[in-house]
Amino acid sequence: MQQTNVMEYLEQTVKRVPDKIAYANESEGLTFAEVYAHSRAIGSCLSGMGICNEPVVVFMKKHPKAIAAFYGCIYGGDYYVPLDEEMPKFRMELIFSNLLPKVVICDQSTVAAAEELAALKDGEKVSILLYDDIIKTEINEAALAGIRDRQLDTDPIYIVFTSGSTGVPKGVVACHRSVIDYIENLSEVLEFNENTVFGNQTPLYFDACLKELYPTLKFGATAYIIPKNLFMFPIKLVEFLNRYKINTVCWVVSALTMISSFKTFDKVKPEYLHTVAFGSEVFPIKQFNIWREALPDAKFTNLYGPTETTGMCCYYKVERKFEPGDVIPIGRPFHNTEILLINDKNERAAAGEAGEICVRGTSLTLGYYHAFEKTSEAFVQNPLNDRYPELIYRTGDIGKLNERGELIFVSRKDYQIKHMGHRIELGEIEANVNLLEGISSACCIYDKEKEKIVLFFTGDMEAKELVALLRDKLPRYMLPNKVEKLERMPLTANGKLDRVYLKNYYNGEK
Amino acid sequence: MEEIIEILQDLHPDVDFETCDTLIDDKIIDSFDIVTIISEINENFDVVIPAEEIIPENFNSAKALSELVKRLSDE
Repeated sequence: MQQTNVMEYLEQTVKRVPDKIAYANESEGLTFAEVYAHSRAIGSCLSGMGICNEPVVVFMKKHPKAIAAFYGCIYGGDYYVPLDEEMPKFRMELIFSNLLPKVVICDQSTVAAAEELAALKDGEKVSILLYDDIIKTEINEAALAGIRDRQLDTDPIYIVFTSGSTGVPKGVVACHRSVIDYIENLSEVLEFNENTVFGNQTPLYFDACLKELYPTLKFGATAYIIPKNLFMFPIKLVEFLNRYKINTVCWVVSALTMISSFKTFDKVKPEYLHTVAFGSEVFPIKQFNIWREALPDAKFTNLYGPTETTGMCCYYKVERKFEPGDVIPIGRPFHNTEILLINDKNERAAAGEAGEICVRGTSLTLGYYHAFEKTSEAFVQNPLNDRYPELIYRTGDIGKLNERGELIFVSRKDYQIKHMGHRIELGEIEANVNLLEGISSACCIYDKEKEKIVLFFTGDMEAKELVALLRDKLPRYMLPNKVEKLERMPLTANGKLDRVYLKNYYNGEK
Repeated sequence: MEEIIEILQDLHPDVDFETCDTLIDDKIIDSFDIVTIISEINENFDVVIPAEEIIPENFNSAKALSELVKRLSDE
C-alpha cells in the first residue's frame, strides 16, 4: 500500500535497527526503539486528553527529545509547532495568539516560561506537559490504531512560523503528503542511505531540519545535533564532525564559509564528509572553491525552496567549475514538482526572460494558519490554467533560465531578505521598531555585500536604548547589525520611505 | 583596547564591554559577530586571526581580544 503517513518511516526502521542511535547530541542519544516508545507514549497521552487535530506547541531546548516530541504529536493525530527557548517573549505571544493552543510540551528548562505564556491566554486553559512525565504514559494501542485509521495524508503534521512583513509571523502548515514527497525526492538527489551520518546545524523550529529528521527515520541513519556555539569556532567544529564520523551536512552557507574563510582546512579537514548541501543563499565562489579543493571527492549540491512548498523544491549538483563572479544556479525542480516562471502579464516568461518563480505540485503546503486572506494572496490559481482549479505558490523570487537551461535566482520582488540563512521581512523589523514608544519612523535596508541589516530611525530615543528594547521583540537573527538615528526620515515624492536614498547615504558613509 | 571596544560597541551598543568577560559563555556574541569582529580586526589592525586562535578564551572579553591582537601583531 502507498505510504500516507510520515510515521511509517519510523515503523519500518524500528523493526530493522531498534538499537541504533537515531538522534544524538554531544552527551545524549535516543535509539529508534526509544524514539518509537516515547513518541507513541506521547501520542497516547494526547489522545487520552482528547486532544486530536490540534496544534501542540513543543517548547523545548534543541535536543533529541524535542524531535521525539514532534513525532508524539503526529501519533496523537495532532500537529507540532516548535518554539525555541531563545525566541523573545513578545514573538512567542504573537505566535500563541495565532495558534490558541490547548497543549504545550516542554522540558525542565522551559517550563517556567511556558507557564508564563499560558497564563496570558484568556479563556480556555492551556495544559503544560513535561516531556519526561508524559513519556511514562501507558501506550494505548487501540487509540493509536484508531487515530492512524482516520488520518489522511492531507492532514497537517507541523506548523513553522516565518517572517511576516506586517510584523506578525505567519504559520506555514505542512501535511504528510507534502513532507513524504519532499523526503523521497530529496533522498534520491542527495543519495542518503543507512550509513548516512548527519550533522545538523539548522534550528528545529524551521522546516530546514526536515532534511535530517525524516531521512534519518526513512533509512535508519543517524543525526547529530551540533552544539550551536561550535559554529563560532571553526576548528572545534571540524573536530566535532570527525569525532562523530559525520559524512553529510545540509547547512546554511554562512556556517560553511565560517570554516573556509579562516583557513581552517590548513589545520584540520573533515575526514568523513562526502555530501555537502547548502541552501537559499548565494555561496561566494571563492569560499566554495576552498571547500571543493579541501574535499575534492565530496558531492556539493545547492538547494532552493521556500517554506511554503515544504523544505526545498529545486536542486543543482555542482559538477562544473565556477570562477569568482559566477553564480551557482538553483538548477532544476525535484521530481514531481514544476517551476513556472511567470512574468508581469501573468504569462509564461519567454526564453531567457525573468519571471516570478512559481511552484506547482504536491510539495505545496496547506497554507498559512488562521490566515485565509494571506494564504489566498500567495497560493493562487495557476494563471496558465483556465480549465480546472489548480493552486500554485508564488514565491516572490525572481528567476530566469540561463543558456544551459538552469534556473538562476535573480532578485526579490519585495523587501524580503536572506540573512545568515534566515528569511526575514525587513517590514517585520520596521513594524516592531514602530511599536516602540518614542519612535516616529523606521526604515531598514540590507547591505548584501557586508551582510548587515541597517536600521535608520527617527524619534525620541538613542540607538543604544532602541537596540536593548528590540532584543525583547525580535529573534536574534532579525536584530539590525547597525542602527543609526536620523534627524529626518527621507521620503519619496509619494510620501513613502526613500530606501534608495538611504542606501546611497549608507554606501557613502561606509 | 579602545579600538576593540569600538568594534564591539558597533555590534552591541547596549553591552558594557569594559567589564564583561563572559561574551561567549553568556551568548552575548554569536557566530555572525565573530565573523564581523575578525574581519574588522583584519581591516583596522592588519592582523589575521588564524583558525587555531578562534577559540572561546580569546573572545570572552574585550581584554582577551585586545591581548590576542597585540600578541599576533608582535609576532
